[in-house]
Amino acid sequence: MKKYMKNLLVEEVSFPHQRYVLVKLTDQQPLPDILPGQFVQVKVEGATNTFLRRPISVNYVDRNNNQLWLLIQTVGEGTRTLAKLKAGDYLNILFPLGNGFTIPHTTADILLVGGGVGVAPLLYFGERLHNNGNKPVFLLGARTNNDLLQIPMFQQFGEVLVTTEDGSLGEKGFVTNHSVLGKRTFSHIACCGPKPMMMSVARYAMANNIHCEVSLENMMACGIGACLCCVEKTVKGNVCVCKEGPVFDIRQLTWEL
Amino acid sequence: MSTLNINIGDLQLKNPVMTASGTFGYGLEYADFVNLADIGAIIVKGTTLHHREGNDYPRMAETPSGMLNCVGLQNKGVDYFCNNIYPQIKDIDTNVIVNVSGSTPEDYAECAARIDQLDKIPAIELNISCPNVKDGGMAFGVTRKGAAQVVKAVRAKYHKTLIVKLSPNVTDITDIAKAVEDEGADSVSLINTLMGMAIDIERRKPLLSIKTGGLSGPAVKPVAVRMVWQVARAVRIPVIGLGGIMNANDAIEFFMAGASAIQIGTANFIDPTVTVKVRDGINQWLDSHNVSSLTEIIGAVD
Repeated sequence: MKKYMKNLLVEEVSFPHQRYVLVKLTDQQPLPDILPGQFVQVKVEGATNTFLRRPISVNYVDRNNNQLWLLIQTVGEGTRTLAKLKAGDYLNILFPLGNGFTIPHTTADILLVGGGVGVAPLLYFGERLHNNGNKPVFLLGARTNNDLLQIPMFQQFGEVLVTTEDGSLGEKGFVTNHSVLGKRTFSHIACCGPKPMMMSVARYAMANNIHCEVSLENMMACGIGACLCCVEKTVKGNVCVCKEGPVFDIRQLTWEL
Repeated sequence: MSTLNINIGDLQLKNPVMTASGTFGYGLEYADFVNLADIGAIIVKGTTLHHREGNDYPRMAETPSGMLNCVGLQNKGVDYFCNNIYPQIKDIDTNVIVNVSGSTPEDYAECAARIDQLDKIPAIELNISCPNVKDGGMAFGVTRKGAAQVVKAVRAKYHKTLIVKLSPNVTDITDIAKAVEDEGADSVSLINTLMGMAIDIERRKPLLSIKTGGLSGPAVKPVAVRMVWQVARAVRIPVIGLGGIMNANDAIEFFMAGASAIQIGTANFIDPTVTVKVRDGINQWLDSHNVSSLTEIIGAVD
């Protein structure tokens, strides 16, 4: 897929949570094809101590409004600076980067598991699956009720199940403790979130012989496969997460499950 | 329009902007963003005689105005390069130069000899300065004797333009530059990355898998300008300057310090079109200062 560097117009900035900012970007031209699971490299202007671009997954592409949504967790100086964006600003991005999730056949029973900011790419993927005629089930985990993001959006595209660590919404515990995993059979799982969560989901998928893809977040510099910094060990050796991923079939990885 | 063409040994550059090895892949990674033919030369990823897996992750840490890396020369070896990569890049309408690394002088020479066979590769850049692998590179680049040994071995088997990339992690870089000139290098490029380190204070651990790495980016630019200035006064062969160049003004600084050409490295990660912007910016600077040829400003600072 052709990659672009563009200055996109910030159309809307909102704060769904104290640690998250949702930035909606648009362009005069129609946005190019973007696959669920792909990411963008954002240039951060005005932060004194940051230097490199920030990789951010595509949260959603709103084709009706020609908008690209980025849901950004404010973890460091770079992302906190991005949270200061205002409507009318421009954001320079490289996109679309990496490979998306595999789109399964329309009869697949697919579970999308997300934790923390890892829920972001699952929204766009969920819409794609919904449009394809799948009935995706979302299993979203968070610390508390307040930390769950975009739930009404997810509900447009499929059934939403929730776990919270304090039990304030849904089942108490982690996503891998959710009762749905014992009750229903899935043919596919797609997962994005903290690595321990992805590992335990991968373990469940392996044990139950379910096709499972995870989206990795290794630190990267270039984002286009040139610098070889973001490598992950795979059965084919070290490969760039930015170019060969960020989505990997767990059977390609060398995680000790 | 000023004249931007310049020669480095037998290598003819349409403009003095090159890409630094390890920051531009094989060029193809950038083809969506920039017309590769607009770049003076593309120096591709470091190549070794045998396949190397490189170091473990994490290999990168962002630091003030720069970054540390410890990639460790990950590449599939020279045969893979010749058979699989070369056919894809040989028709790029500019100079494609291969950066060559090794663990012994014989390794370097054998790798160089194989690349000598490739018609469309007019030059190699010998990396005697990689700080990130135990068994190769920098060990040679930090002594007169080691540097001379490698260049001598390669010169015997390589017949085209030979550029030697120097390490800044030495007491006197002019000493090494003179040693490689004496052994027949056609040019020196400098600086490779500066050895550095960064620590995660919460985990009380280094941020890089092998603890130390090479620092690049604007943070190193003044060191690089100083070293280019010193080396340009010490050798007769052309000097290629690199280290933290982000824009045309940075490049002009290197020319005035004595560089005949420049390389852009880390800046490619922030702006994949930076090479062409720097070329255009150099042109504009020369025009606005009524300089008709780039050569007029090379070494302008005594």
